[in-house]
Formats: sequence, C-alpha cells, structure tokens
Amino acid sequence: MTAEAADDAPGATSPIDCDVHIALPSTKTLFPYLAGHWQQYIQTSAFKGVGDTSYPRGVPTSARPDSYPPGGGPPGSSLELVRQQTLEAWGARLAVLNCDYGVQAIHNPDLAAGIAGAVNDWIIAEWLEREPRFRASLVVPRQVESAVREIERVGSHAGFVQVFLPVLSEQPYGQRGFWPLYEAALRHDLAISIQPGASAGHPPLPTGWPSYYIEEYAGIAQVFQTQVVSLVAEGVFDRFPELRVLLVEAGFTWLPSLMWRFDKDWKSLRREIPWVRRPPSEYIREHLRFTILPWDAPPQPGWLLEILEQLGSEELLLFATDYPHRHFDKPEQALPAALPAALRPKILHENARAFYRL
Amino acid sequence: MARYLVGAVGEIPPGQRKIAEVGGRSIGVFNLGGEFFALLNRCPHQAGPLCEGHCIGLVLSERPGEYRFLREGEILRCPWHGWEFDIRTGQSWFDPARTRVRRYDIFVEPPSATPSGELPGLVRGPYVAETYPVTVDENRVMVEIPGAVRATARSGMDSGPSQR
Amino acid sequence: MVMTETSSEVRGRTKTAIIDADIHNELPSAKTLLKYLPLQWRRRHELFGGRGGRRGSLYPRSVTGNARTDSWPPSGLPPGADLDFMRQQLLDRFNIEYGILNPFVGGSGQRNVEYGAALCRAANDWLVAEWLEPEPRLRAAIVVPFEDGDLAAQEIDRVGDDPGFVQVLVMTRTAEPLGKRKYWKLYEAAERHGLPIAMHFGGSSNGPITAAGWVSYYIEDHVAAAQATQAQVISMVCEGVFEQFPALRVVLTEGGFAWLPPLMWRLDRAWEKLHDEVPFLRRPPSAYIREHMRITTQPMEEPPTARQFLQLLDQFGSDDMLLFATDYPHWDFDSPEDAFPAKLPERLERKIMAENARTTYRF
Repeated sequence: MTAEAADDAPGATSPIDCDVHIALPSTKTLFPYLAGHWQQYIQTSAFKGVGDTSYPRGVPTSARPDSYPPGGGPPGSSLELVRQQTLEAWGARLAVLNCDYGVQAIHNPDLAAGIAGAVNDWIIAEWLEREPRFRASLVVPRQVESAVREIERVGSHAGFVQVFLPVLSEQPYGQRGFWPLYEAALRHDLAISIQPGASAGHPPLPTGWPSYYIEEYAGIAQVFQTQVVSLVAEGVFDRFPELRVLLVEAGFTWLPSLMWRFDKDWKSLRREIPWVRRPPSEYIREHLRFTILPWDAPPQPGWLLEILEQLGSEELLLFATDYPHRHFDKPEQALPAALPAALRPKILHENARAFYRL
Repeated sequence: MARYLVGAVGEIPPGQRKIAEVGGRSIGVFNLGGEFFALLNRCPHQAGPLCEGHCIGLVLSERPGEYRFLREGEILRCPWHGWEFDIRTGQSWFDPARTRVRRYDIFVEPPSATPSGELPGLVRGPYVAETYPVTVDENRVMVEIPGAVRATARSGMDSGPSQR
Repeated sequence: MVMTETSSEVRGRTKTAIIDADIHNELPSAKTLLKYLPLQWRRRHELFGGRGGRRGSLYPRSVTGNARTDSWPPSGLPPGADLDFMRQQLLDRFNIEYGILNPFVGGSGQRNVEYGAALCRAANDWLVAEWLEPEPRLRAAIVVPFEDGDLAAQEIDRVGDDPGFVQVLVMTRTAEPLGKRKYWKLYEAAERHGLPIAMHFGGSSNGPITAAGWVSYYIEDHVAAAQATQAQVISMVCEGVFEQFPALRVVLTEGGFAWLPPLMWRLDRAWEKLHDEVPFLRRPPSAYIREHMRITTQPMEEPPTARQFLQLLDQFGSDDMLLFATDYPHWDFDSPEDAFPAKLPERLERKIMAENARTTYRF
C-alpha cells in the first residue's frame, strides 16, 4: 500500500502511538495461561513476579496520577482505561502495546519460557482480540533458542508487530549469538524493538552501579548507544537487510554526535569490521527508528531544529505517548511547537506506517 | 610542464618507496611489482605525511565472519588515522569518488623514447586529478608536474607557481 | 576538510597560541621507574610486575603502541618516550606554548593499591626529573592510585604544590562511578590544591566495558569512550560532587565532545521530573556542567558540513568549555592546523586553542 493510497483510507492520517505500556494486574493473571506446575511454583515459592526497578512506582515518570484504574490494579492494567487515555484521547488509529514484565531477567530457562508464553497468550486474549486498534510486542526469554521457539509459536498472530528486547542485555545485540532470533523475526515479518525493561544483571552504567534512579534514567541512553554500535559493527544489517529496529524511550538528540563519531572511527578502523562497507550512519538511517519520547529538548527551540536537521533523515522519528509515563501534561505539549509543519505528519503517522508496513 | 628527478630506478626496488621533495611538494614514489606510482605526501584528512604510512593488503568481506585478503602491499595506510588509499589510483578505500590523494602518474619508458605521452592501454581513472607523465631517462625516475617551471635539473626546487 | 597550501616543511605556521591539553609521554622501558622506586618495591616490581585492570589486550588497537606510525623516534624508544623527538614533532612543529602530559604509566589502576601508590610516586618523580625540569613548555597531571582515596590524597599533598603539576589524573572506567563517595577524599585534596581532575579515557571497570556486556571489536571500544564519559558526567553531577566541592573543576579528556550538549539537555529534563530524589542539587545539571566541567576536543567529531560543526559549538551555550588537545602520539591525533571541520570565528578559535586552557590551569 503506497503512502498516497493509504491517505485515503479511514483514519489514515490519525496518529499512531508507538509506545503504550500495559501491565499485568498481578502474577495470578497469568495462571490461565500457565501449566499447573508453574502455578504451584508461583504460589508456593517466593516468586511474586519479576519486577524490576526500571520504573519506580511512585515517580511521575513511571505513571501519571490519573492512570490508576478506579477498580484497582496498576497503571496500564485496565483495557478500558488504556483505550480511553490513548486511542480515544488522541484519535489514534493504532497503538503498540509493550508489556515490560521483565521475563528476560529470569534465569531458569523453563520458567522463562513458561512466563514469556503466558504473557504473550494473555496479551493476545485480553488485549489484541478485544481491541482491533491495538498491536503489541511479543516477549521472549533471554535464552535465544527458547526465544526462537516462542517467536515461531505466536509470531504469526496479526497483532504482534515486533519482538521486545530489553536494552540491558547480557551481551550486545549485534553479536552472532542473537542472529537466529533475527532470522525468526524476519520469517514472521516482525520488527525488533529495543526498550528499557528487565536487566540481564550488568550494572546499568558502564562504570558501575549508580546511587540514584535519575542516573539510570538519564544513563539508559548510553546503553542504547552501545546497542546501535553493536548492531552496525557486527554486520547485522548487512546479514539481514530487511531487519527493522525500533528504539523505544531511548531519546534521539544524542544520535547525530554518535553518527559523527562512529563514521569517523569507521574510516580509520574499517579493516576490523570489513563487512561494514558503507558509513555506519547510512545503516542507522535505513534500519533504525526512534520513538520521540523523551524529547530531551534543548533550552533553545532552534537547537532542536538543528538536531532534526543533523539527523539527516525525516523518517527516523515515530510518535509515542509512552503512556502511562508522564512526559507532558496536555496533549498539545506532546510535540514541540517549533516542529516544522512538514515533519508533523511524518512523526505522527507516516513514519510508523512505513516502519510497520501498514 | 617540468620534469623532476626522483631517483634512479634501482633506488626504488619493488615493494619499496622513496619520498622526495620535487616542485615544492613532498611526493612519495612507490614501486609495485615493477610499476611506479606517485602520490602527494599529504593526507586529505588532516595533512598528515601519508606516504610514510604502512603499505598493507586490502581486507574485504561480503559477509560477517568472512575475510578476503588481497593486493598485499598496494594499500597505503595513513600513519595518523589509518585511512586507506589505493596506491595505484590515489583513491581512498572508503570513499573513492570524493576522497582521494593527489596522484601523479608515473610510467617507465626506455631511455631512447621521446619523453611525454602515455603508455598505450593505460586506463584513466574516474577521478578528476591530473596525470603527470614521467619519463625515465638513463634509468632515472622522473615526475612531471604541470604549471611549474623548474630552476635546475637536479635540485627539484620549484620556482614557478605552486599547484593548488 | 579545508586543505591548506602548506608544504610539509612549514613550521609553526599558526599565529594563534596553542595549549595542548593532552599529550602522552611514555616510559622508555619497563625498567625506567626502578630508579625512582624504593628498594622494597623494586624487587616486587621485577618479580610480579603490574596487576592492574585486565590481562592481555582485549581489544587490540589498530596500530602498534596505539600510536601514529610516524611517531616512532629514530632513537629506537617507543612513541612518546623521547623528549627530543616530541619537541621536534609536536612542540616545535606546531609552536605549542604549553603541553600537558597525561601519562599512562600503570600506577593508577593497580589492584594492589600500596604498590600502585609506590609506582605513582615513582612516576611523578620521573615526570619532574625527566620531563618538567628539562622542558619549560611542559606541565603534567599527577598520577595517583585513584581507587584509594587516602593514598591518592597523600600523593596529591606530596607533590600538588609543584607548579609543574596542573591536574590530577583519573581514568574514565573506574571501579565505581566517579561521583561516589569513595572518590571524595581525592576530590577534597585536589580542590584544596586548586588542581582540576582530568578524567581521561582508559582504565577498567569491575564489569564489562558496556552496560550491555562485552563488545566484540576495538572500534566499539573506541566509540564507547564517549558513552563511558557520559556515564561519569551523570554520576559526578547527580551525586552532588560540585555541591560538595564548589571549587572543583573536571577536564573530560579524550572522549570527544559533541555528545555533551544533548547530555546536558537530557539531564536537565530528567532533573525537572526527578529532582525529589536529589534535593541537594540546587541548580539544574547543565549549570554544574558549564561551571565545573571542561572538555578536550580530541578526537574531534567531524559532522558532514562546516555549518553543522558550528551549530554544535553554539549548542554548548558557552564558549568557555572546549580545550584543544592533540593526544600526541596516539593514532587518533588531532592536528592543530587541520583538525577543525570549519573555520572558526577568531575569538572562539583563540579561546579553544589556548585561552580556555590558560584560564582553567591558571597559566
């Protein structure tokens, strides 16, 4: 479907929200989707669900105050409220749901596979089948063989558009051990989405454990940078020219400086990675996309326009509310006023349509 | 056009090079298997002494994990940032169309031949740089640089307009 | 890149004064420090050698000695180890007014901190005797065992008043983030002596070199220098180091610089939402960064157009922060004559090439 033809379709110019976080009301929610021995394991052990500290509960960045469902449960756990505060509030054509339940932090490979499968089945039954405007990431265990099996199991469901990979991995995602996962994703026409979520266990900064959450929150951008460099340097986009990767909640104002540095180093050090036959920035512009939040906006609006120009492509940014994380108080604050008019439809829906092949 | 002596053919055996001041420029002359090539001794990146760099082979790859190694000794690696230049063409490896070092064509003629002209069959490169025909007279390697007037036969000092 | 018309013979063409904020001198050999080491440590040095960081070269550098291939002195010494050759190839060649030595001589990262402290003492004595005294244009960083605050402070107190020493050297990859309290004794001593901290790319953390594990290639390690420096900026600011030590300055060295404006914006936006966690920060993070931090230009990022480079400089919101550095003799050296991808306004060029360093180091 070309962009022009798609513009005539109903809702074709409505925003597409590329990052909405849903949450399990509790671990027990998974029971209908879990084998009996896992249900017993959960009930009788100390395992209460994975939980991670990516989003401390009380902080506004984790949840806007009005996102707690009146009937109880954490923000993002009520379909009705999520639908109302995302699809309806924005007149959005589609919203992509991310459930960061942290399955990748589970070391027991069978438990990890069981929980991942249960989360995906729950997403299908209670979100995708109940609201046709939702799409979702599917979650996978950290063990690559098991992740491939899970992609094969549910990857063909029309509602899944991408595979959720948490940014704090045990090894950088470009490395060859992950390639069977990318092959499986491509077999099912799925993109890859790298997001904050569970941690594989390394300190969240390359220099050790920080004292404060604000350091992790700001510092997560550096981990995304590591992943970008790895994907390009390892030749992932050479090996998989069809692979699409979305970086969620990574920020993007750091991207020009990274491209400049990486391109310069490539000219000097190309021999070590000879399969990278074009400047790294070209692979980045072709294969990587970024949700717009957090904007990390500079104090001068003109500087933001400069960054946008320095990105070297109008196709990189995808609209997202990052619901229920609080980035702005009013919808009109979601996009900076200084944004050039020509860029707005691209960010709001065209780039997502192209990326998700809608 | 003026011709400048670089040295005797015997001074630059195959696999070796000589860097000489000719026509107000520092020029490196390389012998690749009996063929001579001359490059300006100044990297287009930050003006480093390009011709002092290592001559290495070319590492290519079609797929991650696969390596092809060819043209040993024909790639000049800038001593500073390691940019790779094809000694034969002066073109950078990473951006052959737009990033290159000034190249001076050298070819060997027998002592009795009239200086000037090109060897038949020599293919011009796709770049804009001019070629500088060189003659060998009595076993000498010479570089010819257009637009310069040479003061003496051996000093190599430029007394004419310098080349931009 | 703007090509000049100079031939390779030109010396000291630049009229602008140049202060080089990052030069790496080297030990001529593994035995050099022995004559500066007390006997008890000499034997240990000969028997066991260093146990710093990690073993072996995990990410082999693309060139021997990590150096420009034309920087091997004719004397046969390693790059950076021959003062006469450094004078010829750097100080005289580019008419450098002052050059600051940041030596990697192995004392600072030793796991045996007493031994590391002894090596650092020897290294600082070597610096004075064989570099600072013979060459009046040179200054140096004090080498300290930075993982041990007491020992580091002792060494700063021992040599910190020597005018040849202008800063204290720590590495970008440290056992813990540099904002943490374990490093505060070092900052206290440095502040007391009016010495900036130079945070230089290198070193090894306790874990993998990135937060997503061990990368495969040297190019990834090299690009990751910027990420590690960013993480340390975040840590030093958010831990309140500049509230605790209001006179302390930090020079971020050899991490590039183009990433700093976006980091300032990101930190400010994060602080606006999360300041309840760090109530001791009384100002936005960017205010601390602009006031307390300086950053060397090398390896200089090269945007595709001169215009974008000038935009980048403007985005700092300050003309005071950049300090030019060559990183001689390393391979990613920036030439004082040709490193900039754009022609700078004269005043800004003077500040970057010398005046900001003159203010920072009080020359």
